[in-house]
Amino acid sequence: MELRSNVPTGPIEKRWEKHRFDLKLVNPANRRKSTVIVVGTGLAGGAASSTLGELGYNVHSFCYQDSARRAHSIAAQGGINAAKNYQGDGDNIYRLFYDTVKGGDFRARESNVYRLAEVSGNIIDQCTAQGVPFAREYSGLLDNRSFGGAQVSRTFYARGQTGQQLLLGAYQSLSRQVNAGTVKVHERHEMLDIIVVDGVARGIVTRDLVSGEIRPWLADCVVLATGGYGNVFYLSTNAKGCNTTATWRAHRLGAAFANPCFTQIHPTCIPVAGDYQSKLTLMSESLRNDGRVWVPKDPGDATKDPRTLADSARDYYLETRYPAFGNLVPRDIASRAAKKVCDEGRGVGPAVDGERRGVYLDFADSIKRLGKSKIQERYGNLFEMYERIAGENPYETPMRIYPASHYTMGGLWVDYNLMTTIPGLFAAGEANFSDHGANRLGASALMQGLADGYFVLPSTLAGYLAGFKGPRIADDHADVKAAVGRVNERLKRLISAPKPSRTPDSFHKELGRLVWDECGMSRTAEGLRKALERIPALREEFWNGVRVTGTGEELNQTLEKAGRVADFIELGELMCIDALNREESAGGHFREEHRTDDGEAKRNDEEFSYVAAWEHSGDLSKPTLNKEPLTFEYVKPSQRSYK
Amino acid sequence: MSKKLNLTLHVWRQKGPTVAGDFVKYAANGIDDHMSFLEMLDVVNEGLIGKGDDPIAFDHDCREGICGSCGVMINGVAHGPRKATTACQLHMRVFHDGDEIWIEPWRAAAFPVIKDLVVNRGALDRIVQAGGYVSVRSGSAPDANSIAVSKNDADLAMDAAQCIGCGACVAACPNASASLFTSAKISHLSLLPQGGPEREDRVRRMVLQHDAELFGSCTQHGECEAACPKQISINFIARMNGDFIKTALTANSSLKSREGQ
Repeated sequence: MELRSNVPTGPIEKRWEKHRFDLKLVNPANRRKSTVIVVGTGLAGGAASSTLGELGYNVHSFCYQDSARRAHSIAAQGGINAAKNYQGDGDNIYRLFYDTVKGGDFRARESNVYRLAEVSGNIIDQCTAQGVPFAREYSGLLDNRSFGGAQVSRTFYARGQTGQQLLLGAYQSLSRQVNAGTVKVHERHEMLDIIVVDGVARGIVTRDLVSGEIRPWLADCVVLATGGYGNVFYLSTNAKGCNTTATWRAHRLGAAFANPCFTQIHPTCIPVAGDYQSKLTLMSESLRNDGRVWVPKDPGDATKDPRTLADSARDYYLETRYPAFGNLVPRDIASRAAKKVCDEGRGVGPAVDGERRGVYLDFADSIKRLGKSKIQERYGNLFEMYERIAGENPYETPMRIYPASHYTMGGLWVDYNLMTTIPGLFAAGEANFSDHGANRLGASALMQGLADGYFVLPSTLAGYLAGFKGPRIADDHADVKAAVGRVNERLKRLISAPKPSRTPDSFHKELGRLVWDECGMSRTAEGLRKALERIPALREEFWNGVRVTGTGEELNQTLEKAGRVADFIELGELMCIDALNREESAGGHFREEHRTDDGEAKRNDEEFSYVAAWEHSGDLSKPTLNKEPLTFEYVKPSQRSYK
Repeated sequence: MSKKLNLTLHVWRQKGPTVAGDFVKYAANGIDDHMSFLEMLDVVNEGLIGKGDDPIAFDHDCREGICGSCGVMINGVAHGPRKATTACQLHMRVFHDGDEIWIEPWRAAAFPVIKDLVVNRGALDRIVQAGGYVSVRSGSAPDANSIAVSKNDADLAMDAAQCIGCGACVAACPNASASLFTSAKISHLSLLPQGGPEREDRVRRMVLQHDAELFGSCTQHGECEAACPKQISINFIARMNGDFIKTALTANSSLKSREGQ
């Protein structure tokens, strides 16, 4: 497989402009003759569908939820970055570009990141014009805050519900196009396969989740904006329905999957309370501004009331180990440190599966220093949320937190046009790998989703469609029938396993635990090999023993789950293969064998400054590795240090 | 320390939209009181699948109270007994050992049951499609700070914009009215200068669509605000009604003719 990134040349600040000029345009009268399928209605998918509809294309939009307003972009709390420099604190496009490349630990493509920073300002303009109620100052102008350790205040926000408001903005634009007749939204439809004709993506196969009807949809090109694969861990901060099926089906048909081992773990989530736990809830990182993280020095104190432990019995491990940054060290470092103290048996909270996985986040000192009312003003809603879930009052007793899977930087490999290695198949938002390298900075996910949807795809799709000369096809085309046949065959296998004995969830939990232990916050060659031995066996057990009740011709949530779990098992294996191959530590990927003398992540730029784009070979355990070398013309790789 | 609860559930089971449904009794034993309400249903469902029975269908997704997917009547109350809390954020510690819990779908003519506790809320989408937006093209927006909005207006708009579209207001209303939902969207946009030019057109189109969807009228019971997980105020309904009456008097003839009146 040849990876052609199609990155334009010349000065970086002119590349996108030049590229847009070089891309062909589609005549307005011809746009309505082109049909575009967009799968997913989150920020990337919703923004792309509405913009393409407005341009006059004939758009079909699909989501598994009951409404286009519910995709998981909605849950993002913190905010969205943009290089507006409204605060006059020295921000500009280049600085946002620089911070993002460095924050990604030098594993992202410079040109893509620069484009992201370049359109970031337009996103804020667009969303404000749509009526997104961003926070404002008394002057009536937009407010900003500093986020995730950035030295400038470039984050725009709408209380703690920025993702919700941005998504509603995109949904409202989409609704306008539905009313105008340019976009048709198909809710409660799940994409189960892609139709590839003569090597080119020409449509998808969906299952109507209410009636169970399987049918093909044909188009001139297909966009996957289907989010990340964080639910491979079973427990994550993702919504329960988030899945990899769309991206994984694309991979099975020839789309390269890039850097699957780059996953982000968020340090401040509410810990697991019991084996019934279905998902994890993230608490805003801002809590670390005033909370102190600690565990007891003596494992024997783990079950004691934390308030009774003297300062001398407590280990404020982040403050001791990272005196310069203390409790505010970046996400990956805070997460690994928490894992380490819990591995030592010093975790707190209820024991689940015989282990206590939690550390204290204590506000007692801040309450003493600033008063309870100040803390309430800053974090009142978060404390209330914690109390609702954990049943403990954080004003009285320290919060308990633990890291959880939150975002996946890896995804389908795409070129500068966001096209995958299957011509005509595009990937946008979290579903692609392109902008965050090995680690994503806070408030950058919303930015990327909207950049792809509002500004990048509308230009690059036109470039593709203008030169598109595919044959007319109909539902009776052999390749269409083959895709429908594959879907029917697979559903039949899921419903009629030879020895049905275990629920889809029980397989998912087992897979999640395994991948979390061996390919989570820290990884070793030994652990990864262990996982790689177990996963193929688990896959076999699944197909032999999954128990799905009911039929395919009705609303059947167990069947939906089973299909998603089957794909997660295959993806989990690729994650471990990628993690084993990458003999270095970079961003969210920490290999125990590769650390500096003081235990921090150690990159290997000589050998691993590349994108690992895996190609399906027919044997799930032996994918083919393709490398896209990364070159850094502007930001020179350096070691991250937070001591 | 967690406690274990033994509960009796009466769950509405209905095969499909055209089939009659009924309550079915289930024992839910050994329920940890730290579980969320939906996790309790997960545990019951795992048991049902284990026996080869059809699990209880219910809508849910984010499980952190923001996507608006979940929502059931719990002992006759939308989203259950805890104030300002969606069903997914309700934890079992509000119940007691031995409790009987009645679980039903949202009941409204505009929300037909699809299966068990799952209803079709497409009517809410169609109300937004009728006019719940600002007509701005991608790429045509002026600089964001060229539009100043007073902080009070922006904050009030945000209060309205928080609606998660779950439909609890409709389920709680004796008239099955979606006035709280509709007025929240209308107020969010009409409070901002960006929404000004289309203000009259928007309120007429959205209110007429609301009525066409078989939602009832608002008669000021206030049940919607009490049930709303985001505590959206019924003052927004007054704002919507004021705007609607005003445009009924002042709407220009082209607007009326477009609506076929």
